[in-house]
Amino acid sequence: MKLSSRHLLGIDGMTAEEIALILDTAEGFVQISEREIKKVPTLRGKTVVNFFVEPSTRTRSSFELAEKRLSADALNFSANTSSFSKGESLLDTAKNLEAMSPDFIIIRHSEPGSPHFLARHIDAAIVNAGDGAHEHPTQALLDAFTIRKHKGRLDGLRVAIVGDINHSRVVRSNVLLLTLMGADVVVSGPPTLLPREFDAMGCRMTWKVEEALEGADVVMALRVQHERMNAGYFPTTREYALQFGINSTRLKLAKDDAIVMHPGPMNRGVELSGDLADGNRSVILEQVANGVAVRMAVLYLLAGEPARETTA
Amino acid sequence: MKRLLKNGRVVDPASATDATLDILIEDGRIAAIEESIEPGKSEVIELEGLTVCPGFIDMHVHFREPGQEWKESVATGAAAAASGGFTAVACMPNTVPVMDNRALVEFVQAQAREAGMSRVWPIGAVTKGQDGKELAEIGDMNAAGAVAFSDDGRPIRSSQMMRMALEYSKIFGVPIIDHCEDPDLVAGGVVHEGWVSSRLGFKGWPGVAEDVIVARNILLSDYTGGHVHIAHMSTAGSMRLVREAKARGSRVTCEVTPHHLVLDHEAVMEFDTYTKMNPPLRAAEDLDGLLEGLADGTVDAIATDHAPHHCDEKCVEFSRAPFGVVGLETAVSICLDRLVHRDIISLSRMVELFSTGPAGVLGMDKGKLAVGAEADITVLDLDREVTVDADDFESKSENSPFLKWKLRGGPVMTMVDGRIIHDRR
Ligand SMILES: [Zn+2]
Repeated sequence: MKLSSRHLLGIDGMTAEEIALILDTAEGFVQISEREIKKVPTLRGKTVVNFFVEPSTRTRSSFELAEKRLSADALNFSANTSSFSKGESLLDTAKNLEAMSPDFIIIRHSEPGSPHFLARHIDAAIVNAGDGAHEHPTQALLDAFTIRKHKGRLDGLRVAIVGDINHSRVVRSNVLLLTLMGADVVVSGPPTLLPREFDAMGCRMTWKVEEALEGADVVMALRVQHERMNAGYFPTTREYALQFGINSTRLKLAKDDAIVMHPGPMNRGVELSGDLADGNRSVILEQVANGVAVRMAVLYLLAGEPARETTA
Repeated sequence: MKRLLKNGRVVDPASATDATLDILIEDGRIAAIEESIEPGKSEVIELEGLTVCPGFIDMHVHFREPGQEWKESVATGAAAAASGGFTAVACMPNTVPVMDNRALVEFVQAQAREAGMSRVWPIGAVTKGQDGKELAEIGDMNAAGAVAFSDDGRPIRSSQMMRMALEYSKIFGVPIIDHCEDPDLVAGGVVHEGWVSSRLGFKGWPGVAEDVIVARNILLSDYTGGHVHIAHMSTAGSMRLVREAKARGSRVTCEVTPHHLVLDHEAVMEFDTYTKMNPPLRAAEDLDGLLEGLADGTVDAIATDHAPHHCDEKCVEFSRAPFGVVGLETAVSICLDRLVHRDIISLSRMVELFSTGPAGVLGMDKGKLAVGAEADITVLDLDREVTVDADDFESKSENSPFLKWKLRGGPVMTMVDGRIIHDRR
C-alpha cells in the first residue's frame, strides 16, 4: 500500500488506512534507531531541504536526524540566513529552492496554508512541519504512535487535550487524526482560548478542565505561549496554572493508567506540574524519540519506491 | 442622430414596466417609449429576445488611480464597468493619495471623460487622508461632483467623528458610506470567525464586529438625522438591525455584494487568495439572512466592491494577501444565474437593485427609462451561456472568486447617452 498524495500537507484529507500505514511503518524504523549503526540507504541520492521560515530547533533536529538515518542529502535553509528575511516573497524563495532540484521540502512557516501554497507552485514533495496554527501532521503522527505503543490502540480511547487550543497547530492535527481513528477527544482551556465552533472538527469542547479529564486514557497538556500571557487571554500565568494546569490532584480524575503527554517546549509549573512531567506516567521523552522514527516513515512512504540498495 | 431599440423586453422598475416596447433615442436622450415606433431615418437596433433595462449603477468600486495604476486605472475600470453592463459607477476615495479634495475629484472625472466609457462618479473621503481625525472638504468636493462620502477601505473608528460627519453632511444631502468593522474586535482577522477559521487556524473576523458598528451608525443616524449607508453588508445580524431601523423610519440604507450572496466561508478552505476579501465570506446562516433582506426590500443596492489587485500581490501566503476581489464583469451574470433563475428574487427586483436602488441611495434622478432621461441603457440576454474567463476581462486584474464558473445570463450591450460603449450581441 502507498500514500495517495505525494505531499504531507496535513492530517486533513488522509484516510485511517494511510495513518495506520505510517504508524506501522514507523515501528520498523524504531528498530533501526536502536541499532548500533542507525543508518539505512533508503533515500540515498535524494535531496531534502529543511525550509524553516519560523525557528524550531526541536522539529528541525528531528527531521534532520530522520533524513540522515535514511542517507538523504539534507540542506538547511532557514529564514534568518536567507534572502527570505530581506523581503523576498515565498514564491520567489520557493522557486530558488526548486532550482536546487530537491526531492522533498520540509516547511515550517508562521502562516496557515503555506505548505499548500508551495505544493501548488513547485515540483518537490512538500512536508508540513507546522503552518501557523493550522496543522503539524508529523507531531500528531508521533503522538498517535506513542499513544498506540502504550495503549495498543487508538479506537475508543478517551483523550483530553488541555491548554491554548486557539493558537495550537498540534491540537488541530491531533483532533483530526485521533477522531479519524475512533478516539473520543475533548479539548479544554479558558473560553478566551477556545476557537469558535471548534467542535465541528468532531471533538468535544469544554472550559471545565475537570470534565475534560474525567476518565481520560490520555492527557495532553499544550504549551501556553509566552506572547499569549500578556495578551489578555487570561489574567496571569499563576491564575492559568490554578485554573487549567495539569497537576497530580487533577490527574486523579483520569484513569489510573492514563499517560501524560506534552508536545514541548514546556512551561514547567504552568500547563503541567514538574512532578507529572518527570513522573512515571509521563511519556514526553518517548514522544521525542518516536518523532524521528515517524518522520523516517513519512519520508520513506512519500518517496514511494525505495531507492535500490546498491553497493557503491 | 436617432437610434431605435426595437422589440426588446423593457424592464423598468421605476415605472413598473415589463413589456415588449420600442425605445427611440435622440441626441443622447430617450425621446419615446412606445409599443411600436416607426424607424423613419433612425438606426434600428434589433433587440428581440433581449431584455432592455435602465443603465445599471455600481455604487462601490475601487479604481486605484491615482497611485496604484498597476492594479486598475480609471480608464480600465470604466471599461470593465461597460463590459459588465454598468453605465455608471461610484468610485471609492482610498487612492494614493487619498481623494479628499476637489483637485482629485476633478482629476478622476477628467480621466473618466477621456476614457469615454461608463460614467464615473467620485466618492470623496469623509476625513482628510482617511485618517479619521478631521473632516475633509465635503462641501467643496460635492460641488465638484462627489456624490457621496466614505473612508472605505477602513471604518470610521471614532463615534464622535461619525457623528460629526453625519451632522455636517446634512447640509449637502449626501450619504456617509461606512465600512462597518470594529477594528479592536477584528484585529488581524483574515476570514470569517467560525468553524472554517477555527479549523484552518486563521485569526477570525467575527460577524459581530460588523454588527456593533452597524448598530452604532443607526443610533447616530437617528440622533443626528444624517443619512448613513452601510457598505458591503455581510451578516444576518446587520440585516436584522437595518430592517428594524428602516421600519422605524431611520435614514439608513445598505448594499450587498454578489460574492457575499453566493459564497460562504467554506470557499476559503483551499487557501485561494481570490476568496479573501473584507468583509470576509460569511457563514451559511449569514447568506440566508442576506438573501432574505434582498427579497423583502431591506437591501437598497447590489454593489460589487470591485477591488482589483495584481496577481503577484495575491500570489502569496493567504494571510499576507491583500483583501479584495474584482466584481464588475461577473456581477450581472452571478445575479441572473444565482438569484433570478433560482427564483430568489424577480428580474424586476434585480434590475431595481442595480438601478433605482443605488440611484436613490445617492439621491440622484437616474436608473430609469423615462422620456427625457439620458439614454443610459443596459441590455441583457437572460439565457446567454457565460464561462467566467479572466482573459475576457477589461479590468487589469483577474482576482475573481468566480473564475471558470459557468453561468446563465449576462449583459450584452451597454449604452451611455445613447452611445454604445460595449457590445457583445
Ligand atoms: Zn470596504
